[in-house]
Amino acid sequence: MAKLVINQGEVGNIQDLISLCSFGAMEEKNGELIINAACKMCKICVKKGPKGAVEYIEDAKVTIDKSLWKGIVVYVDHIDGVIHPVTYELIGKAKELALKINHPVYAIMIGSNITKQSHELLHYDVDKVFVYDHEKLERFKMEPYTAAFEDFVNNVKPTAILMGATPVGRQLAPRLAARVKTGLTADCTILDINENTDLVQIRPAFGGNIMAQILTPNHRPQMATVRYKVMDAPKKNQVEKGEIINCDISSDKLNSKVDVIDIIAKEKEQFIEASEVLVVAGRGIKKEEDLQMVQELADLLGGQLACTRPISEAGWLEAKRQVGLSGRTVRPKLIITCGVSGSVQFAAGMNNSDHIIAINKDENAPIFKTAHYCLVGDLYEIVPNLINQIKVSKGALENEL
Amino acid sequence: MNILVCIKQVPDSNKVEVDPITGVLKRNGVESKMNPYDLYAIETALRIRQEMGGTISAITMGPPQAAGVIKEAFAMGVDNGVLISDRKFGGADVLATSYTISQGIKMLGDFDIILCGKQTTDGDTAQVGAEISEWLNIPCVSNVSKIVEIKNEDIVVEIDMTHDIEITKIQFPCLLTVDKDIFMPRLPSYLKKQEAKNREIKIISLADLEDKDERNYGLNGSPTQVERIFPPEVNAHREIWNGTPTELTNRLLNKIKELKFI
Repeated sequence: MAKLVINQGEVGNIQDLISLCSFGAMEEKNGELIINAACKMCKICVKKGPKGAVEYIEDAKVTIDKSLWKGIVVYVDHIDGVIHPVTYELIGKAKELALKINHPVYAIMIGSNITKQSHELLHYDVDKVFVYDHEKLERFKMEPYTAAFEDFVNNVKPTAILMGATPVGRQLAPRLAARVKTGLTADCTILDINENTDLVQIRPAFGGNIMAQILTPNHRPQMATVRYKVMDAPKKNQVEKGEIINCDISSDKLNSKVDVIDIIAKEKEQFIEASEVLVVAGRGIKKEEDLQMVQELADLLGGQLACTRPISEAGWLEAKRQVGLSGRTVRPKLIITCGVSGSVQFAAGMNNSDHIIAINKDENAPIFKTAHYCLVGDLYEIVPNLINQIKVSKGALENEL
Repeated sequence: MNILVCIKQVPDSNKVEVDPITGVLKRNGVESKMNPYDLYAIETALRIRQEMGGTISAITMGPPQAAGVIKEAFAMGVDNGVLISDRKFGGADVLATSYTISQGIKMLGDFDIILCGKQTTDGDTAQVGAEISEWLNIPCVSNVSKIVEIKNEDIVVEIDMTHDIEITKIQFPCLLTVDKDIFMPRLPSYLKKQEAKNREIKIISLADLEDKDERNYGLNGSPTQVERIFPPEVNAHREIWNGTPTELTNRLLNKIKELKFI
């Protein structure tokens, strides 16, 4: 048990502590300092306040035996047996982490008629692939998939579980985390591991331009989701290595109150994730019709138009064109941002791009911390100019031919 | 039909920064608002009530001022609302938050449908809804993009799975997290806003919950711990370009050519 205790005698100027708190969780009541329900237990008042004014008191905890939990497991994300490439990226990361603590790397695949697909994983250097193959697991449903995964956790006791932040992973991971009562960190951008097997999980936090380093110090398994195109995919080996383990689970554990009645294939869409060049419109775009200019630049570069949250919220572009934590994660070869301020949520969705060019009037815009080439200037002057010049140079090229 | 909507108050901007020297969060002057994705959940609830009848309750967790989002929900047409608030809930991660909310829901009674927005704009985790469903032991589907049919025992919805659409039937009671754009959220009514002004918002604290064990809430009930916060790294290989628009355009053109994109 941990709590904050205020020693009124040591507080001194109450207003100083009130303004120190970032969450407005301190207030004055009858001349005394109190902590209200806005407290996030960040302990800044303990660390930065007058000595002894606020104390953090923690009873001795019952600690778990971490050595009983072994292996880093990757959930094989698939729909109808088609494996999502984020799976291989996570196997690459798991391998790197496992090497540091000398643990095995596992994969778990849940589905129906997936024997053939499970062999595909043996080309990526996993030690064991655990397969739950049952007709009731044909299409992803939260309850039976959680039951199979829970069975695996109870039998194998892995120290960490990595999952893709896909439509499936984003449903299965939280349901499983609550089932086995452990911590889950969403959309990690950096993962590392300490010698004591604690997974170091880094992600944007507090809805601002801040990164948080998160640990799950006293629970196992540790769970994290990672978006597609955040980690690097390993190379495929020619030969199969490792072992397939078929797991049994009783059929009555796989019942569900959800029925998939029909599946309608969507028309093949051009996803911004697949584009090698992206031109992004941000809040610096003043009018909806000005998007045409950005679109034209994207067309000239053979790329696609993308946008930030404000542009999609305004309804100017569809949500599927939005880059960032509430949109898509992209990793193109070239990305040009036009009038994008560059919040952490946005940057987390694109900062692995090969070449990042940012155009913004404000030299203090956070995007300039992410970009490789930072153009301090007005997009309304630069972009039309650039469009003309590209046309001219393309024209010149065509004349030469 | 008993419908519940889970909503959250979030900071109105993302201009929250950390002081690189002191490590203190700077949130001064940041206003609060309802998480924009929750508006779609409220609108979905209103449409379901319109078709099936029944009542809509809203639940939120946060500091005392979070009661403001319950008033906003009233102004949109929600019938009842409660705030779960206690200092002992401070520092809650996803597991502790979802547990606290599920305890609050149990106090309010039985619901046929619980609706959540797709995620919040401050945490951006999209995890709390599914964890609540686990604590309540009810079926759950996410990414609901359309309601096809509602009956007394179940609901049929469309789920966007990126590459295809699933038509899925879910038995009540259930939890759905809805996508943006499922319905266009209505504007708050002026009349309802006036009525909501003086309405008392019921506050649930730890003492009111079935499980009163402090160890299950707030920082104590949270497996994940924030070890440190820090400003994002500055790209070490960046070049800052200043100059006239013409100079900048020329340099940019040359760079794009050099990188072989033209």
